[in-house]
Amino acid sequence: MALQDIQVLGHQDTRSGFGEGIHELGKKNPRVVALTADLAGSLKLQKFIKDFPDRFFQCGIAEANMMGVAAGLTISGFIPYATTFANFATGRVYDQIRQSIAYSGKNVKICASHAGLTLGEDGATHQILEDIGLMKMLPGMTVVVPCDFNQTKAATIAIAEHEGPVYLRFGRPKWPIFTPPDEPFVIGQAQQLNEGNDVSIFACGHMVWIAIQAAKELEQKGIHVDLWNVHTIKPLDVEAILGSIQKTGCAVTAEEHNIYGGLGDSIAQVAARHYPVPIEYIGTNDTFGESGTPDELLKKYGLDSAHIVAAAEKVLVRKKH
Amino acid sequence: MASLTEIAAQIRRDIIRMVYLAQSGHPGGSLGCTEFFTALYFQVMKHNPDFTMAGKDEDIFILSNGHISPVYYSTLARAGYFPLKELYTFRKINSRLQGHPTTHEHLPGVRISTGSLGQGMSVAVGAALGKKLSGDKRWVFSLHGDGELEEGQNWEAMMFAAHHKVDNLIATVDWNGQQIDGPTREVAGLGDLVEKFRAFGWETLELKDGNNLDLVIETLEKAKTLTGKGKPVAVLMHTVMGKGVDFMENNHEWHGTAPNEEQFKRAMAQLPETSLGDF
Repeated sequence: MALQDIQVLGHQDTRSGFGEGIHELGKKNPRVVALTADLAGSLKLQKFIKDFPDRFFQCGIAEANMMGVAAGLTISGFIPYATTFANFATGRVYDQIRQSIAYSGKNVKICASHAGLTLGEDGATHQILEDIGLMKMLPGMTVVVPCDFNQTKAATIAIAEHEGPVYLRFGRPKWPIFTPPDEPFVIGQAQQLNEGNDVSIFACGHMVWIAIQAAKELEQKGIHVDLWNVHTIKPLDVEAILGSIQKTGCAVTAEEHNIYGGLGDSIAQVAARHYPVPIEYIGTNDTFGESGTPDELLKKYGLDSAHIVAAAEKVLVRKKH
Repeated sequence: MASLTEIAAQIRRDIIRMVYLAQSGHPGGSLGCTEFFTALYFQVMKHNPDFTMAGKDEDIFILSNGHISPVYYSTLARAGYFPLKELYTFRKINSRLQGHPTTHEHLPGVRISTGSLGQGMSVAVGAALGKKLSGDKRWVFSLHGDGELEEGQNWEAMMFAAHHKVDNLIATVDWNGQQIDGPTREVAGLGDLVEKFRAFGWETLELKDGNNLDLVIETLEKAKTLTGKGKPVAVLMHTVMGKGVDFMENNHEWHGTAPNEEQFKRAMAQLPETSLGDF
């Protein structure tokens, strides 16, 4: 795969990919059930609810109970998909997830929409930027952050086959679709989007598209980017990451999340333990967000392609010294 | 075959011995719920010590107030879920008998990890929904501390269970009126629990003496007859915390304290040996 092969296939929100995925899954796996906390519309569950009303549980605005009910449903062998906004799916119910799901080893899929700054106008109360960190710290939790509609759909289907708790993070805005429609999703396997020897860029979620734009700019400047979509934060594809940084000798990480505790930290840990290289982080820097459009917010908080380009140029200088 | 009274007497000895040997644990609530556990596992529930997580076509039990693990572990061992000798390992390193019950070490009989309070009601409701959804006609039983009801998640679960007509669940509250910092009425008064559950859409039964084995069995059997009618069922069970050991009775200081050697001897003197024998 190379940058010039990446085509925009359309624009759709990743949460709609989730809605499509769970509907398709519902048809082929009778053990899949869905729960929501008064956000069935936002999570695009309408088709699932229409076709499988008996396998849908409306929990009302009571996320703690939803997580517990989901844990209980696993006892008979069901695979509950517990859905709400990322803020309420993690921070609000951390202890319920920790004890009733993670420590109990329950096969619950926590599906979280409206993550990160691109939630937009609702502002900081809803823009969680700490959820990847919260979830990846839980022993046994798999953390998946797909990059577009197609990949979110595929990931939604794939996580049903994984026995154990999963955190699936996606978002609100319409976003370019650039992965193929029927590409199978492999948990834990990072995807190379461009091959280059100068600098590695590792991105997840919405930031993959922005990283593609940055990589195109860098290529025009003669800087060759090894670009990766790290859609699984945990378990991390250590082999792919190591292979890339051993080749390039430096890296930029890009995520719609606080740089404390997210993808960047996970990649820095791989580097620190196996092959230290200079790394620059793109993400929010220990701050809350605010109201605004997604584009305005990404720019203001340093998550646009210009910032990725600047970070790549900076890390290249550091590599030489 | 030992009588239920003898089993309960032996479980009480087990509780005190486990907590004494570990020099930690929660004897008060455990002693208060001994009749309930004896009734449930040796009379009321249809269950199989050859444990499966799903418990298909069996009654299953969820313990929400996980700190009363001594009575739970003793009951499970006495019912044949795991070897009695394993009770020696309670709260020790490398044990399946963790301070609070967990599925993490795969102890047969345990279906959820509890200890952080207020989470078991939701899990029991989910388990009951799972049974309905898979066409399993058996019941889910659960136990909750009264102090534990101060956690708001319980009330979310109660509303949910009534709304979704989870009528195969029998949730019992150990209404002993005690919590760590003192009597519940002084710490954070619960008011009339019967009225509260009723207002939340549940069938309710008040069990005046949860340390009367016959009455516990009679009430739980009556609770079964109230299921299947569109409402979850609550049993509000008055018990005496620390029941059976005079200096522990109705004293919140024995919520989570282990007896010293002298106290252990005094306690054991009040708990006669049984034909079942100690672990």
